[in-house]
Amino acid sequence: MSFPWAKQYTPENEFMKWMDSRLPLPRLIYNAVGAGYPVPRNLNYFWNFGVLAGVALVIQILTGVILAMHYAANVGVAFDSVEHIMRNVNSGWLLRYAHMNGASFFFIVVYIHIFRGLFYSSYKAPREMVWLLGLVIFLLMMATAFMGYVLPWGQMSFWGAKVITGLFSAIPLVGPALQEWLLGGFSPDNATLNRFFSLHFVLPFVIAGVIILHIWALHIPGSSNPTGIEIKGKQDTIPFHPYYTAKDGFGLGVFLIFFCILTFFMPNFLGHPDNYIPANELSTPAHIVPEWYFWPFYAILRAFTFDFFFIEAKLLGVIAMFGSILLLFFLPWLDKSPVRSGHYRPVFRKFFWFGLIPCILLLGYLGGAPAEEPYVMLSQLASAYYFAHFLIILPIISMTEKPKPLPNSITESVTGKPLDATA
Amino acid sequence: MIRLFGIAAGVGFVIILLYSFTFGAINFIKEPPVKAVEYQFHKHPEKPGFAHEGVLGKFDRGQLQRGLKVYQEVCAACHSMELVAFRNFEDLGFTEGQVKTIAKNWATETPSINPDTGEASSRPSLASDQIPSPYLNDVQARAANNNALPPDLSLITKARHDGTNYVYSLLTGYTDPPSDLPEENRPGTGLYYNAYFANLNIAMAPPLNSEGQVTYDDGTKATVDQMAKDVSAFLTWTAEPKLEVRKSTGLGVIGFLIVFTILAYLSYQNIWADLKAQKRKD
Repeated sequence: MSFPWAKQYTPENEFMKWMDSRLPLPRLIYNAVGAGYPVPRNLNYFWNFGVLAGVALVIQILTGVILAMHYAANVGVAFDSVEHIMRNVNSGWLLRYAHMNGASFFFIVVYIHIFRGLFYSSYKAPREMVWLLGLVIFLLMMATAFMGYVLPWGQMSFWGAKVITGLFSAIPLVGPALQEWLLGGFSPDNATLNRFFSLHFVLPFVIAGVIILHIWALHIPGSSNPTGIEIKGKQDTIPFHPYYTAKDGFGLGVFLIFFCILTFFMPNFLGHPDNYIPANELSTPAHIVPEWYFWPFYAILRAFTFDFFFIEAKLLGVIAMFGSILLLFFLPWLDKSPVRSGHYRPVFRKFFWFGLIPCILLLGYLGGAPAEEPYVMLSQLASAYYFAHFLIILPIISMTEKPKPLPNSITESVTGKPLDATA
Repeated sequence: MIRLFGIAAGVGFVIILLYSFTFGAINFIKEPPVKAVEYQFHKHPEKPGFAHEGVLGKFDRGQLQRGLKVYQEVCAACHSMELVAFRNFEDLGFTEGQVKTIAKNWATETPSINPDTGEASSRPSLASDQIPSPYLNDVQARAANNNALPPDLSLITKARHDGTNYVYSLLTGYTDPPSDLPEENRPGTGLYYNAYFANLNIAMAPPLNSEGQVTYDDGTKATVDQMAKDVSAFLTWTAEPKLEVRKSTGLGVIGFLIVFTILAYLSYQNIWADLKAQKRKD
């Protein structure tokens, strides 16, 4: 830990001393999420969402491992095996609904976590690596969620798999061969379902591994905070435990209440009815839509309707959709403003709340809407703003904007009294 | 350097998108999109109200039993119910003996093998059997139904938007086509106009067409509206047999979580009390 005043772990009894000198796991926990990790004292509720994302992953892994004991990855029986879980497995309906809605809640908390990072510029030096690893987790989550949605082998599973793997066929020369290789055939079939099940099972553990790296990288500089200024002394920080464990406990309660309201009282609200129809490759659904958490990206994909010189519209859409996420990897270097927190950046703040947020919400709505006018035109405007925001507006305002004066210290911003460096 | 590349890429994307938008907008003004006829005449489901709705809603057992009778005597002639077993009918309030009788008297027998010759055969159903399908396979089902395939009804109320109300509205929604309906959207041979069906013309003849079509054991008057309501409630149960245990578990879980969250909030306030006291007052 880079803070000299961080509390040191002292084993309390003979056994813990014995353990500490052989496998210092309790010490690791103590320093990672215990009293040994000093955290800024002024974190607001937006800083709860990292822990909540971790909890959501644990819920997904626990329910998922048990579901896998009853699920059969074969196109002949996959749909019925899910219904077997819903009807005959003890509490199977609970596991399955919790897993279904757990995926949505995982994305909700991760999206809030990412927007926290965007508003408070948590991606800036010295935390670039935390941001990059976070984006890797996000990409892995998207892949895992997509493959999980295929497993029940309903209509949307099948046609979603067909559309999404079809994106790869837009790549020049190798595209069609690549799609065939991904599917293990010419169309989604048993080979596809089996490999998706295998990957859907293993990727969450890869995510867990990258989360460890994410937290490791975070602990080098320590957590950022709403003022965005550096920690200057011991008074600026408080130990993670008990202060933030207590606050996270409360946040967890609120999160679980929302999660359980959906799981128990409106479990199919976020799903699509067509996925209760068994997959049928001879009948295409009227509107093929992915799960709601992919809608903004789906809107960007469909916004490209014209071939541009020699590039096909489909390829442009695919490039733009992947580009819309990949550009986030360059954010630490696109935004050069020396000030982190959006609170002290008047121009940035306006573009964030009145530009980016409405733009993403609109893209989300348009991604779920049918591919007809005026939705396509609107998604073209919204996608144009999305790219302009990150690639043009952000670099320019980060150079021209005059930030508001920053507080002298975290302590001063909280208590109104200057930081006592000697304390 | 990264910023220059970024701005160049950004300008590129914006130009392509605005270019596409301009062409789309010109087309939109020149030839405004016409709303599809299906969209103009299609109706959203009516809401007759069901006992199982709401946070505390429970199935009306009598209604489910009546609904089973409608399914058994009307729908089951064409529609399968593959995911439900006879034993599940105990959830409707039937005794084990009644379930055995229902299984034994079911119009279609369970396919089996003749134990002496090994030939395909059938036998009366047992409580442990899944409900047998009226047709041997989809080809036979289509052959008997003017090439339309009657869908399996086990999950139908979850496989349609607002499914329970949809089934009720569809069953009671057969009308003559409105006079302003364009010729090409009028029902062809073997099709029937129904404003609640996605493309307005459904291959299913009005299944509930006369009062007293089913004789209810509990003396309820079997109007078309009553039969439609009862069978919609029954099909809600077949799609979501764990609805009641789900809601009652949910109430317990949320009650626990509210207590947990209050305690967590109080301990949070307690632990932070010394820090909050230092907070500036403004």
